Amino acid sequence: MSMTQTQKIIAAACGRDKVIPGEIVLAKLNMVLGNDITAPVAINEFRKAKIDKVFDKDKIALVLDHFTPNKDIKAAEQSKLVREFAREKNITHFYDVGQAGVEHALLPEKGLVTAGDVVIGADSHTCTYGALGAFSTGVGSTDMAAAMASGKAWLRVPEAIKVVLTGSFKKNVSGKDLVLHLIGLIGVDGALYQSLEFVGEGVKNLSMDDRLCVCNMAIEAGAKNGIFPVDEKTLDYLKKHKAQEPRVFEADKDAVYAREIQINLDELTPTVAFPHLPENTRTFKDIPKDLKIDQVVIGSCTNGRLSDFVTAAEIMKGRKVHENVRCMIIPATQQIYLDAMKMGLFEIFIDAGCAVSTPTCGPCLGGHMGILAEGERCVATTNRNFVGRMGHPKSEVYLASPAVAAASAILGRVAEPGEL
Amino acid sequence: MILKGKALQYGDHVDTDVIIPARYLNTSDPRELASHCMEDIDRDFNKKLEPGDVIAAGNNFGCGSSREHAPLAIKTAGVSCVIAKSFARIFYRNAINIGLPIVVSDLDIKEGDRITVDLDQGVLTNETQGTQDKFPPFSPFLQGIIASGGLMNALKEGQL
Ligand code: SF4
Repeated sequence: MSMTQTQKIIAAACGRDKVIPGEIVLAKLNMVLGNDITAPVAINEFRKAKIDKVFDKDKIALVLDHFTPNKDIKAAEQSKLVREFAREKNITHFYDVGQAGVEHALLPEKGLVTAGDVVIGADSHTCTYGALGAFSTGVGSTDMAAAMASGKAWLRVPEAIKVVLTGSFKKNVSGKDLVLHLIGLIGVDGALYQSLEFVGEGVKNLSMDDRLCVCNMAIEAGAKNGIFPVDEKTLDYLKKHKAQEPRVFEADKDAVYAREIQINLDELTPTVAFPHLPENTRTFKDIPKDLKIDQVVIGSCTNGRLSDFVTAAEIMKGRKVHENVRCMIIPATQQIYLDAMKMGLFEIFIDAGCAVSTPTCGPCLGGHMGILAEGERCVATTNRNFVGRMGHPKSEVYLASPAVAAASAILGRVAEPGEL
Repeated sequence: MILKGKALQYGDHVDTDVIIPARYLNTSDPRELASHCMEDIDRDFNKKLEPGDVIAAGNNFGCGSSREHAPLAIKTAGVSCVIAKSFARIFYRNAINIGLPIVVSDLDIKEGDRITVDLDQGVLTNETQGTQDKFPPFSPFLQGIIASGGLMNALKEGQL
């Protein structure tokens, strides 16, 4: 039987010629990930089960990124628990404040994931690495605990939705607009239990940062994973980041898909997801011109990469953040921070009146570094706008691209870059 | 196993941020998490809940983050079972991995209805409305995990 790209990777990881959608298999893992919120729960489970050895100290990544630098005593205790475990087990890929960054920006950057890998992470946005041609998906802490012990995870083989991309983006349109458009089209459970496989001649026009952003939000459509084919851009990226030798899997020509969706990138325009679901998308012809905002956040595992700050800086250069707006700039990793600094982007942001933060998840999940009060409104380049996600249950988050976020910061309302 | 309780009813897309807001994730203590369970969608959740009650919801229950703190908070609060039209996949696997029973069903359930769930027979009964639905049993592999009392026990018994 013919298989999709995802099915082929899963089959290889359980040493089989083929797998069938719906069946449950045990797959061998190339990387197991956890953070300062999910790893403590996993570590407690691991210890409770009286297991003393991890399956492979080089295949576990522990990243302290959510409530770090620690926001309070409880958060500090959680981090301490992870730190002690990492030292005791001699975990190679342990990242503490000073080396850490938002996990899903950090792992690809450090070359810890390559094409053909199977990765699970106790964080829902683990699906990000599909951009590299890997199968990666989010799981819970108990899964992580079992995986740290056995190096395996149970997986239900997913069906796939084929998303065929044609054309290329117009100015001020990016991967974020593509993925928001897609979620608006199919809904937050539109791909439940399924893979989103991106194909078509439009793929080559997407940068790696765009692909990482698109796969990052696959979970916002309920998908198990998002995945791109491996092309020259992927191979260059993997080489540059010194990842392991890629194993390239291609979908069979006659692979069966649950559904096919066509998207012409030429037709996309800046897109915003209104509160309180990522599927509430609108384009600017339907967005009122008086939607005043209080805060802008540019960062996160979705849009906290270098190209995102380059885009935002181009728009902010020589301009001032609106007097009623606080604007947070949060590079996702130390390397991105350093690169942005060397490029002079921080000067542009600080001149404009932004606050530049050390890498952290921070406000993305309502942790710290920019929590919203009752009734406040924020435009964020993050990935979720659920009730209370960034603070008070009566605050509002509008999800958008870095270009829209930067323009909104300047104009003090939800605004399009073209308006400047 | 037979579970009995009244239903607390919620709609579609109940996300993990309302089940347990991130501001409480600086702890992994189950009791403390349970005390804030569903707080952002229903302030009175813990007041209304009696041990054994069930949560009944619409589509995509538990969407959003992978936080296992969500099913853990629900289970520790005293909920015996979550019934929904569909579940988000990470919530689904977390519930199985920690041993919180979940049932996929379209049966019409209103706030306060008396519910009986027969997990072995796969029968869900709304005693108040006098209606019933059958649900398919879990696959043998998942039944193995549930029978062992969760994933870590299954691991120790050599099932993984
Ligand atoms: S940046 Fe936001 S979505 Fe990404 S891992 Fe951190 S909290 Fe999760």
